[in-house]
Amino acid sequence: MTRPQEVDTAQVRARYPDVFGRPASARLAMPAMIVAAFAILVYGLVDLEFSPQRFLAGLGELGWISMMMIPPDPGSSLPIYLKALGETLSIALLGTTLAALFALPVSLLAARNVVPSKILRFPVRRFLDSIRGIDTLIWALVWINVVGLGPFAGVLAIAVSDFGAFGKLFSEAIEGADQKQVEGIRASGGSALHEIRFGLLPQVLPVIAGQVLYFIESNTRSATIIGIVGAGGIGLQLAEQIRVLEWQRVSFLILMILVAVAAIDFISGKLRFAIIGRRAVA
Amino acid sequence: MTVAVSILPEQQLAVLNAAYRQAVARKRLRLLLGVVIFAAALLLAAIGAEVNLRTLFAYFGNFISYFDRILTLDNGQRVWTDVGEWLWGWRKWLKMLGETLLISYVGTLIGATFAFVLNFFAAENTSPAPWLRFVVQRLLEFARTVPGIVFALIFVIAFGLGPMAGVLAIAIHCTGALGKLFSEIVENADMKPVEGIRSTGASWLACMRFAILPQVTAGYASYALLRFEINVREASVMGFVGAGGIGQELVVAIRKFYYSDVSAILLTIIVTVFIIDITTGWLRGRLFGKEART
Repeated sequence: MTRPQEVDTAQVRARYPDVFGRPASARLAMPAMIVAAFAILVYGLVDLEFSPQRFLAGLGELGWISMMMIPPDPGSSLPIYLKALGETLSIALLGTTLAALFALPVSLLAARNVVPSKILRFPVRRFLDSIRGIDTLIWALVWINVVGLGPFAGVLAIAVSDFGAFGKLFSEAIEGADQKQVEGIRASGGSALHEIRFGLLPQVLPVIAGQVLYFIESNTRSATIIGIVGAGGIGLQLAEQIRVLEWQRVSFLILMILVAVAAIDFISGKLRFAIIGRRAVA
Repeated sequence: MTVAVSILPEQQLAVLNAAYRQAVARKRLRLLLGVVIFAAALLLAAIGAEVNLRTLFAYFGNFISYFDRILTLDNGQRVWTDVGEWLWGWRKWLKMLGETLLISYVGTLIGATFAFVLNFFAAENTSPAPWLRFVVQRLLEFARTVPGIVFALIFVIAFGLGPMAGVLAIAIHCTGALGKLFSEIVENADMKPVEGIRSTGASWLACMRFAILPQVTAGYASYALLRFEINVREASVMGFVGAGGIGQELVVAIRKFYYSDVSAILLTIIVTVFIIDITTGWLRGRLFGKEART
């Protein structure tokens, strides 16, 4: 058995200087970043008028509010709340479907393998980005100006803001599709439309279906809040009850939202597995 | 060259053909059934959401003309003909925008810190006790399912009007969302280093610090940056319920029909979101190589 050779540390150190002594800049980078992040945090806390007294007073108030929330109680308005919840689900379903229908053709224009010209793709992509950059609530406010208060404005708001998101997601799915099928169709003399219909769509439809289902799920969440600005659904009830400080009803409404979201999660999870298989989801 | 294609006897062929047709028919029936159910759900939803196509068509002109109006100055000219007049309030708006960014920054940092502390308890492979894991997971779930703006509404009443409510609302929502993502990263981490450290007699804390943390920090930072992007968007509407930021200006402009102001504020929001998107994307690319960019 041979004993490990005695290592001359000094020699090794001289040979591999960057392993033993990292340059000061590299060693200081991490602490400097942490200090900078912390400094901005402190500046932010001061600038945003955080004060310990205010925080503690608020916490006390919050504790009081939570006490008032127990037990959750709908009072006599349960039918109204159930109707509002149904409205919310309708908004999510319709809004997402509309968005998907409109986004599919546009996403083809934004996909690299369908429209090779960068000049043509660029405006489409920026257009989708701008729509996505504006929050659903802002779209809801705009649509309220157009079609008036009510759930219809909510449907249109969700449809528009998801249109931007779907356009991006779909075009990414299309870019990920296998080009060989398309080439096959082209080789047999198919037109550009045939290439898309028989070469691309069969590949991307399951992916798209999964994304649409996922969005219906997450839109149930968005649809619960657009009521806060007056675009229908359960958010309207929630905002009203918060404003009049009916805390028991507020907690009941929040519970309703939680249950509804969990139920939609469960159903759409099942459906997604059925459509694209367990592996593709994970 | 002739190729012999063996044709099955008539009888055998008929059976196979029938089986094939039946299989196709069954598939078609299932698809049709799915479409019918979906259409019925849509119809029901359309009734529930009071969809009125006539209103839409009647008012669709309004939608177009709304954009026409917000792109017109008071004196009837297009906004881009007089940028100074259009962006007259840029000092105030930039200040509010800065507040929005600060709200999302502070909210994200606080939320990420809480998520960082909690996620080790929520992950299956690192949680010290099953009951603790259950409690923390439900807590995170609650924090991310209740929309941030609902928290903001409640906090405005508890903490008073102003950005503080917005920061706390974003922080809580962010804790829930990041806590789940972080714990998923931890669940994918390699457990061998943990065993190595534990075999030296180290405590749970030391295992997390020296075995898990080095594997997961890059993923954490990437998700936190992504969340920052989302939070900027969310902070831009916090003002709708009185929780600070540019949303306050926007909602006033929309409600009071200051048309050109609406487009000016929207423009500043969109440009800011673009800049944040590009910067964080670049940062993520710099920090974690190419694969983290998607």
